[in-house]
Amino acid sequence: MDAIRVESLTKRFGDLTAVDDISFRVEEGEFFGFLGPNGAGKTTTIRLLTGLLTPDAGRISIMGIDPGRDAISAKLLMGVIPETSNVYADLTVKQNLYLAGRYYGLSGHQLKKRSEDLLSKFGIYDRRDERVRTFSKGLKQRVSIASAIIHQPGILFLDEPTEGLDVQSRRLIIRTIEEMNEEGSTIFMTTHNIEDANVLCRKVCIINQGKIVAIDRPESLKHTFDRMQFIEASFDREVKTGLFASDLISRIVVSGDKWRLYTEDLDRAVKHVAGVAERNGLKIISLRTSGPTLEDVFVELTGGGGR
Amino acid sequence: MNYQVFVRGLIVTTEKNIRIYYKKAPVVIFGLLFPLFMFLAFYIGREIRIQVFFPGFIAMVLFFASSSVGPLITPWEKQAGTYERLLSFPVTVDTLILGDMLAGSIYGMIITLITLITGALFLDIDITGIGLLVVATLLGAICFAALGVFMSSPATPQPSQIMMLSSLIRFPLIFISGVFIPLQELHGAGRVLSYLSPLTYLVDLFQWAMGGAPVHHLAVDLIMLLVFTCGFLFAAHLFHKRNLMKGL
Ligand SMILES: Nc1ncnc2c1ncn2[C@@H]1O[C@H](COP(=O)(O)OP(=O)(O)OP(=O)(O)O)[C@@H](O)[C@H]1O
Ligand SMILES: [Mg+2]
Repeated sequence: MDAIRVESLTKRFGDLTAVDDISFRVEEGEFFGFLGPNGAGKTTTIRLLTGLLTPDAGRISIMGIDPGRDAISAKLLMGVIPETSNVYADLTVKQNLYLAGRYYGLSGHQLKKRSEDLLSKFGIYDRRDERVRTFSKGLKQRVSIASAIIHQPGILFLDEPTEGLDVQSRRLIIRTIEEMNEEGSTIFMTTHNIEDANVLCRKVCIINQGKIVAIDRPESLKHTFDRMQFIEASFDREVKTGLFASDLISRIVVSGDKWRLYTEDLDRAVKHVAGVAERNGLKIISLRTSGPTLEDVFVELTGGGGR
Repeated sequence: MNYQVFVRGLIVTTEKNIRIYYKKAPVVIFGLLFPLFMFLAFYIGREIRIQVFFPGFIAMVLFFASSSVGPLITPWEKQAGTYERLLSFPVTVDTLILGDMLAGSIYGMIITLITLITGALFLDIDITGIGLLVVATLLGAICFAALGVFMSSPATPQPSQIMMLSSLIRFPLIFISGVFIPLQELHGAGRVLSYLSPLTYLVDLFQWAMGGAPVHHLAVDLIMLLVFTCGFLFAAHLFHKRNLMKGL
């Protein structure tokens, strides 16, 4: 059975169609990435899937359950970490975990054991009786995620879970999500970080302005991503177009004094650019390389440009 | 199965509210200090028989205490960013509404009980119908707590706005409900106006229970309180559902 099945899902806010007739399926045990820029409709989609918003059209099934019809049964199967998902600042870490656990029907020894395991895993066992109020953002997010997975949900929804965290918290959280996935949980994670989607997810769905632009395995999308890498350089004087033309460079965009050279092979392209500059007596003012940007990927995938 | 989950959600929600919101300043100010100051301002130093006014006073205490918790919770959670997480637990809007209502009524009953005991000890209050007193307190607490939850339904994430709104609604009610002027002394428009306030019927019930001078039939008081309770709950359900994801 599919863990999540979405058919022709649509949600409008007034004139704005935040989610526009999208369909996809997430298999049980899959790590599914939902990738899109700000305002793409990621959060709206998660809210629809978790039964917080009612769709204007289309169908949703979570393990065969329609969250619009039987929200409680659907919610019992999932753990959710919303975009703003603060835990209660007035409660201690342990109280927050217990609160979540009891909503899902855990109690007694089971609840105690599970809380202690999670507290240790997230490195906050020693601070379990402190109020969350004084915690840093990263620590709060750990408490938040621990609360969301206390009942070992079969499906985990995460809305940009590592946004704004330091490396350590980020790594810990990613590791935990990966472990849950290895143990069989289905993961639905939104992000606007291509790298994250690339590394973590088994399938990536790219959404822009409410519409699905592409849905595929990261390996297949990787080719697109690779073609979207670029070098950005500027020089001390005007340069003729055509100077850098080469098989290595797929596309050149000039904006102001900045040259953006798209390539699949950053290493060789950088050497090529340096060589050309050297031969022509050009002074390089700035030079940087960049992975694909979401904007470029959309343009590419929607057939708006490139080769 | 879902019934079990519902009851569980209700208990956990109520407990959460008690733990977090009973200590919040607006609850203490409006639920506790306010009735006390009203008591001091209106009753102390006036040449009145305290027994005549006690049913009205106790009704006012119950009214303010029960309706103080509800307005705070939803806007507070929206502002603190905990509301969306709360909604993603296995609960429905109704679980939350009833959990907020229960927390409010328990608060009201505790404060009222303390006031009643103090009154009985120091003020020579004559309680003629204990059973009725208990029923009336319970009914009043639920009714006003439901009003409190209803008042928290506008889509604002600002607790102060809701507390202001709730005061605008609650203050006028105490002046038309026989708290300061006994109901039998209200005539004409004043009397008609008093029919619109749920507090009127509670004041009257307390008159029944404390050997005072009620103006309505006992059954009328009970039924009217029930009707108001159902009305508030229904309105709360409607508006909370509509404004669920607004103001996040
Ligand atoms: N409750 C609402 N009322 C009106 N418009 C809304 C509402 N929620 C979202 N929108 C609009 O719908 C669009 C999609 O928003 P959504 O929050 O789903 O985007 P997102 O992909 O999560 O973006 P971000 O990366 O910034 O979190 C946006 O244009 C947003 O302004
Ligand atoms: Mg979002």
